[in-house]
Amino acid sequence: MFHTPLTRRSVLQAAAGLGLSFAIPPLDLKAADDRGPQRKKSLITIWLSGGPSQLETWDPHPGTKIGGPTTAIDTTIPGVQIASHFPQTAAQLQHVSLIRSLVSKEGDHERGVYMLKTGYRPDVTTVHPALGSIAMHELPDAGIEIPKFIALGQQPFSSRGGYLGEQFDPYHIYEPGRNAQNLEAGVPAERQQRRLKQLEAVSQSFTRGRKLRVEQTLHQHTVEAALKMMSSDQLKAFQLEHETATVKAAYGDNSFARGCLVARRLVEQGVRAVEVSLEGFDAHADNFTAHEIRCKILDPALAMLIQELRERDLLQSTVVLVIGEFGRTPNINPLDGRDHWPTGFSCLLGGGGLQSGVVIGETDPTGEKKTPTDPIEVKDLFATILHTLGVDYTRELLTPIGRPMKLSEGHPIARLING
Amino acid sequence: MSKPWWTPFLPLTIVAGVLGLVAVAARNPIRRELPDQAAVSPDDQTGIVLAADRLLSQLWHQAGVEPAVPADELAVLRRLSLALHGSIPSLEEMRLFEADSGPNRLERWTERLLADRRFADYFSVRLSRVYVGADDGQFILFRRDRFNNWLADQLQENRPYDQIVRDILSEQGLWTGMPATNFITAAAADGILDRNELAGRTVRAFLGQRIDCAQCHNHPFAEWKQSQFEGLAACFAQAQVSAVGIEDNPELTYEVDDTMTLEKRKVDPAVPFHAEWLPAEGTQRQRLAAWVTHPENRRFERATVNRVWGLLYSKPWIEPVDDMPYLETYSENDLLDLLGGDFREHGYDLKRLIGVITAMQAYRLSSAHPAWESGEQAEVVEKTWAAFPMSRLRPEQVIGSMIQAATLKTADRNSHLFLRTLRLLREIDFVKEYGDLGDNELTDRAGTIPQALLRMNGRFSREMSEANLANASGRISAMAPGTERCVELCFLVCLSRRPTAEEFAAFAPSLEGIPDNDRGTAVGDIFWSLFNSPEFSWNH
Repeated sequence: MFHTPLTRRSVLQAAAGLGLSFAIPPLDLKAADDRGPQRKKSLITIWLSGGPSQLETWDPHPGTKIGGPTTAIDTTIPGVQIASHFPQTAAQLQHVSLIRSLVSKEGDHERGVYMLKTGYRPDVTTVHPALGSIAMHELPDAGIEIPKFIALGQQPFSSRGGYLGEQFDPYHIYEPGRNAQNLEAGVPAERQQRRLKQLEAVSQSFTRGRKLRVEQTLHQHTVEAALKMMSSDQLKAFQLEHETATVKAAYGDNSFARGCLVARRLVEQGVRAVEVSLEGFDAHADNFTAHEIRCKILDPALAMLIQELRERDLLQSTVVLVIGEFGRTPNINPLDGRDHWPTGFSCLLGGGGLQSGVVIGETDPTGEKKTPTDPIEVKDLFATILHTLGVDYTRELLTPIGRPMKLSEGHPIARLING
Repeated sequence: MSKPWWTPFLPLTIVAGVLGLVAVAARNPIRRELPDQAAVSPDDQTGIVLAADRLLSQLWHQAGVEPAVPADELAVLRRLSLALHGSIPSLEEMRLFEADSGPNRLERWTERLLADRRFADYFSVRLSRVYVGADDGQFILFRRDRFNNWLADQLQENRPYDQIVRDILSEQGLWTGMPATNFITAAAADGILDRNELAGRTVRAFLGQRIDCAQCHNHPFAEWKQSQFEGLAACFAQAQVSAVGIEDNPELTYEVDDTMTLEKRKVDPAVPFHAEWLPAEGTQRQRLAAWVTHPENRRFERATVNRVWGLLYSKPWIEPVDDMPYLETYSENDLLDLLGGDFREHGYDLKRLIGVITAMQAYRLSSAHPAWESGEQAEVVEKTWAAFPMSRLRPEQVIGSMIQAATLKTADRNSHLFLRTLRLLREIDFVKEYGDLGDNELTDRAGTIPQALLRMNGRFSREMSEANLANASGRISAMAPGTERCVELCFLVCLSRRPTAEEFAAFAPSLEGIPDNDRGTAVGDIFWSLFNSPEFSWNH
């Protein structure tokens, strides 16, 4: 009844160490140099906002009533075809896996996004953390001075730290390739020192009688983290000047492609979770054109990302997930569109030590059977990803109202787990 | 490229549109009802304020907590200005307030703030987000500016809230001329009105309940059924977009795709409970509007009180603000019932409701409390409103406050046009960068690193703090006699209070030894420090 997430959580965790002593551990130079399976894990989520059609991406049914005009091509996984919008990804497919039988109960955008970002259905009593927030919370700190969970591009429903706290919200860069804004103090060091000393004095008197509450605002924490970031050498991970024209062109000359390239640079730097979003998949009308346009953007960028992660020996330590809030109906509506379809939709998943070349599940080519063969629940997908990241997905955390909550209620999908 | 098929009809359509406009103008002369002018004096509200205070005292007693000490009156004035005008008080206003030595000056000052057009302008924007969301919508059909202005006019007149809501739900005409219809056109996508969105929004905004998920399935915990949702959506079935704007076409019926049979199924308009409150006469939307605002529909008054409480405290009495549990029977021991009953009995008078809530003891408590030092009972203090809850300022409140602090006089409609334009432009840019909270504006959130960067290094705080001839820091540095007055004025202007001795000791050195006419940089830095303090960007 008096649900106040921020407050209660913080009261329980009053000693979060956010006072004036906020200090970042010494920069671990090895973090950026480590390679191979022993490297600390990261996660790149490519978020296809609006609900991409499985039939126009990873699960085409060409030549059927539900298939529409979309055709299919062979991939490097023998016997497996994907939509012909993806020639470059098809060549990389053997290094990742596909799930074609995801099932969810949420067919509304906001609720679907929540489900596919947190692994939980929306719940009025709490806000579950997004996958990237969990990764940031649970995975070891590589000692970096830039944010550890970064969202690139625009999307209507941002990931949230939920009950873990706002400090686990992603840091947004709306125009990938451009440096984060407002990083210059613009006054000489001496004046900056004076300003900060005065700031400390006025902050201290406000803290009197409000100590815990002011700590919960994270004000001091954010100011200090911001100051640290302003002078960090690691900011160059956001910039693309250091990349060759050939590489940039191979990803594509658009914001999403630049996001994928920045994502690779951030992961190299030791960032734990990156989200890159591509909007415009909610094709209730003119579905096929809408998908063709977006898939042309997605294909080279995704294929280059997988290829470069492999070339740099980062794929074994980086999970790549390509997903949206739901799929689209097999039925084509009178406007040549497809509507929301939360049962039997697809995702591409690989890297991070997961099995590659696996294809799970099948949907009915006639579109009549609603439930796919071998249905995979969203929570199991989440348990799989957390497990491969090295996170104990069964771990229970206390929500703000003191309710124990597992990081995931699912079970890892055995076929995707190595060994 | 071939021309679209409708090209030859374009001139005709325009003529029809103009004719339509004229027709509407003729059909809808001037607003029908006159505003309820019942003047409210603070004495009338004493009884209800005492009763509400008693409820909270009981709450504190039962929980075994002591309420916080009363807040400084300037601190309360700051809260009121932020909630009602969207910015901190100006130096001019604080001077006037402090010069007022009469009794009940906070009550009288609240009335004054409510009578100021800035209240109507700001509160209408806060409320309109509830009604039409924060999205841009389709510009041709949806005119947020017109809707906000219309709503502001209603608030300025203090028109009874139930009448405002009935207009919003049932008004006909063009979205430009009859701006209440923008509630309907906000739900237009590709020329089609989304009845589901309208039904969901109606119930969330006016009854404090979420039934949106019953669109696809039954509500997970409450008693909402999918059929009830469809019935409500059907109440909007006859609304249509035409050349004369939003009309109700009695020919139209509502059909849904049945997910079981995959066939079209006709749905009749229906309300989920108490169908006897539906009047026999009127369009389907008018009947729905009468049902929503029916005096016996306690959900309406409870939802309104909870929402207004939330806008005043930045935290609703019950969270989430639009998913409230419902008690079948009225209880005067329930704060929402108590305040809701008073709201209804006094003609759904929003200004009175605001006056009552802000006159309560709880609204005037300090945000400091021993529990926030020791951690002991901190949760109980939070639960029982035994200290004023701290909340992050909304982005437009942050920039509004910076702009107000940057000028010594009140920034209102009497301000120079330049200042008003500056405010408008800066506000839009700043809110975009600071991060809009969208529809979920009453959720408790901490600050973020990008916001800290924007406050520290953004052009906004630079513009507002660096001294020049016209702004506050420039004028203070040029005119304040001596260091003590100079620091004091900076604190008053930015934080609505005077500095403590320790603070003075920390701030004074930067001004020492500098001639009065050369203090611009130092004063600019004081402003910078105060703008970046947690005290500035939090309501407390």
